[in-house]
Amino acid sequence: MIEIKNISKSYNDIQALKEISLSVEKGELFGLIGPDGAGKTTLMRILMTLLLPDSGEAKMNELDVVKDFKKIRHIVGYMPGRFSLYQDLSVEENLHFFATVFGTTIEENYDLIRDIYYQIEPFKTRRAGKLSGGMKQKLALSCALIHKPKILILDEPTTGVDAVSRKEFWEMLKALQQKGITILVSTPYMDEASLCDRVALIQKGTILDVDSPSRITEKFPRKIIQVHSEDMFRLIQDLRSFPKAESVFAFGQFVHFTGVNDEVEISELDKFLTERKHTDVIVEEIHPGIEDVFMSLQSL
Amino acid sequence: MDKIITVKNLVKKFGAFTANDHLTFDVYRGEIFGFLGANGAGKTTAIRILCGLSTPTSGDIKIAGYDIYRETEKIKKNIGYMSQKFSLYEDLTVSENIRLYAGIYGIPSKKAKEKEAELLEKLEMESARKKLISGLPLGWKQKLAFSVAIFHEPKIVFLDEPTGGVDPVTRRKFWDLIYEASNNGITVFVTTHYMDEAEYCNRVSIMDAGKIEALDTPGKLKEKYNANNMDEVFLKIAR
Repeated sequence: MIEIKNISKSYNDIQALKEISLSVEKGELFGLIGPDGAGKTTLMRILMTLLLPDSGEAKMNELDVVKDFKKIRHIVGYMPGRFSLYQDLSVEENLHFFATVFGTTIEENYDLIRDIYYQIEPFKTRRAGKLSGGMKQKLALSCALIHKPKILILDEPTTGVDAVSRKEFWEMLKALQQKGITILVSTPYMDEASLCDRVALIQKGTILDVDSPSRITEKFPRKIIQVHSEDMFRLIQDLRSFPKAESVFAFGQFVHFTGVNDEVEISELDKFLTERKHTDVIVEEIHPGIEDVFMSLQSL
Repeated sequence: MDKIITVKNLVKKFGAFTANDHLTFDVYRGEIFGFLGANGAGKTTAIRILCGLSTPTSGDIKIAGYDIYRETEKIKKNIGYMSQKFSLYEDLTVSENIRLYAGIYGIPSKKAKEKEAELLEKLEMESARKKLISGLPLGWKQKLAFSVAIFHEPKIVFLDEPTGGVDPVTRRKFWDLIYEASNNGITVFVTTHYMDEAEYCNRVSIMDAGKIEALDTPGKLKEKYNANNMDEVFLKIAR
């Protein structure tokens, strides 16, 4: 559904995208996972025909992003990272406006947005600028869907959104996928990767890996040791002073440790920490998560 | 332990809407205090009051020993503030930003010069001294923004979503700085949407609809809510 071949894009002397190639299947929920400055927005804007690539080509549903830009705009829905609706139009007026621009009506495609829109319908006369963050997000999604797009592109829809609203938003995306829409979504939250069918890990304009979230973590060859102690701050410092330590990173209530050449044994660490009088010590090998993989690939 | 922030029955109303509904809590000196809550729960309103930028409707609040109604200027001298949205002036250089903050907080220029050199060495940013902020990588900006926020050696630093959008390695390096500041006796008051970061706090409060629904160490909260991690605790309280 989306075919990207060797796309490059520079802004002055900064290369935002370096020969990126990627394809997204029909009906897929595909995640672009990476931090600010990785190139996620640039790539999405190129696909949305809002920006021209320096080189390479991309197709959306067989249509070329440069030559067929007008046709593409009819089949894609876009939710930009920054709230871009009309602040001084009401909820209903915004939706009506977007429907009219695309030559359709709210009624005609109401089915598609019902589950999302009904939550903000009680506020339909309120100005969009006066909505809470969560409600703005639902309105923006409704507006992006009102012309029944084949492809939906969402640029960091959950950034700065609390954990509860993030969960709800992903449930909405899953429901849209069930209706046959191909979805490309970007996020800086690594834990959201597991909610996608496939993901591309992207950093500094380069794709580090593309695969299903479970495959990405399964094929990761490194041995990750999870460590816990009562005094976490001292634990991190002590582990960093361990002679064969390669990386030591806090992961919530645990620390994830990798040894040089993965040659550090559980028993060694256990002994090392006991000698340093740590209490409530847990040392165990675990399966890596997406964030472990990302951090490892990032430092290569 | 020393109380550095005491809040008793803080109420803030906007017309008929109660944004903060009888908040009562203390923060101890040197503590890393996580201030969590869903969007719209009332966190920003409370932080603005604690920083002396907004007056509460009622309640007794002392920040670093100073009264929130009468001594806001003293409060401002004793706190630092950093947010993801605003921290440094993009069209000033690294050095100019440091000098500007030093000047605002009344640090004598000779001392400011020495401290600036020390800071840039510590951050390994000496080569960027004359570069504009706008050209720096986000990770550098954040480290610098935090360092500038504590440049005048405040008693408390308020961090409002300091790590939004950065890569996982940079995010963890940022927390190294937070730990270091806390180790040096600076109290850290921090909000975040990353629930793994809630685990790094000494104590965490969770707000919902204007009220503090839970306040304890991450360990005790997980026990109380029968949860494996802070993400589960948060979902149980805020959903």
